[in-house]
Amino acid sequence: MSTATIAGRTVTVNDEGFMTEYDEWNEEVGNELASMIGIDEMTDDHWAAIRFLRSDFAEQGETATLRRVTKVGGVPTKQLFVLFPKKPAKKMAYIAGLPKPKGCV
Amino acid sequence: MTATTTNPAPVVPDFGDDDGDRKICFVCSKGNLDMAYPALIMANGALGEGIETHIFFTFWGLDMINKKTMGDLKFTPLGNAAMHMPPGMGKLSEKHMPQGLAGLPGMTWLATKLLKKQIADVDVPEVPEFLQMLADMGATLWACQMSVDMMDLEKDDLFDEVEDIINVGEFMELSDGAQVIFV
Repeated sequence: MSTATIAGRTVTVNDEGFMTEYDEWNEEVGNELASMIGIDEMTDDHWAAIRFLRSDFAEQGETATLRRVTKVGGVPTKQLFVLFPKKPAKKMAYIAGLPKPKGCV
Repeated sequence: MTATTTNPAPVVPDFGDDDGDRKICFVCSKGNLDMAYPALIMANGALGEGIETHIFFTFWGLDMINKKTMGDLKFTPLGNAAMHMPPGMGKLSEKHMPQGLAGLPGMTWLATKLLKKQIADVDVPEVPEFLQMLADMGATLWACQMSVDMMDLEKDDLFDEVEDIINVGEFMELSDGAQVIFV
């Protein structure tokens, strides 16, 4: 584990750069993480997905898969690929300060 | 205690946005319920990694995209030497099912019902919903011309997300440079 300073906060990250402590995250950190992976503007649609991921993690203890974000969170799959191009599941987890999803589907 | 280091600049994961040349093609040749899932699950994984993904349905695999059959694929324990007794039967569940039992009337119905429940329990969708999800993720679905002709089908008989009916030559062209996985 190591720490990094993101949006003025010191946060704990793993070797890949994913945050490891749920409570160290806030939306300013999320914004900064998004801009670091090329998402310069976080729209309401981006936030809807990220906020779902955060609240779902708090309840389930694991990061939602894409299917869950669509089925339970109500964000269409096609839209997720537009908002977070190519690798939406991993990119959303990164921005939300959560581990990569473990589920296969 | 874990040693903690402080980075001067945050580490940013490599999401591989610049390597856009990986392509994968699945060939689905089976119409049994248990043989429908491997390609669907791997295709889902590939699409989630941003890999260009194609699925080509041929022979019995066409049942996976035939509107009349896609929601009603069957699983039979017949001829499946790896078939276990159903879960929830204690020690008996560890045993293989005697093939004599597998041929009894109603066994395919029962095995299909049990397998569908096991699949639903791990929150994996049924075949039609799964294919719709893959299409939404950007997969391209293709039907095999010869199989369509053999089974006397038309484009309208096939799942709406099927891009086109193509022959093997066209499949070879589209799979040029791709990794091909035959199921």
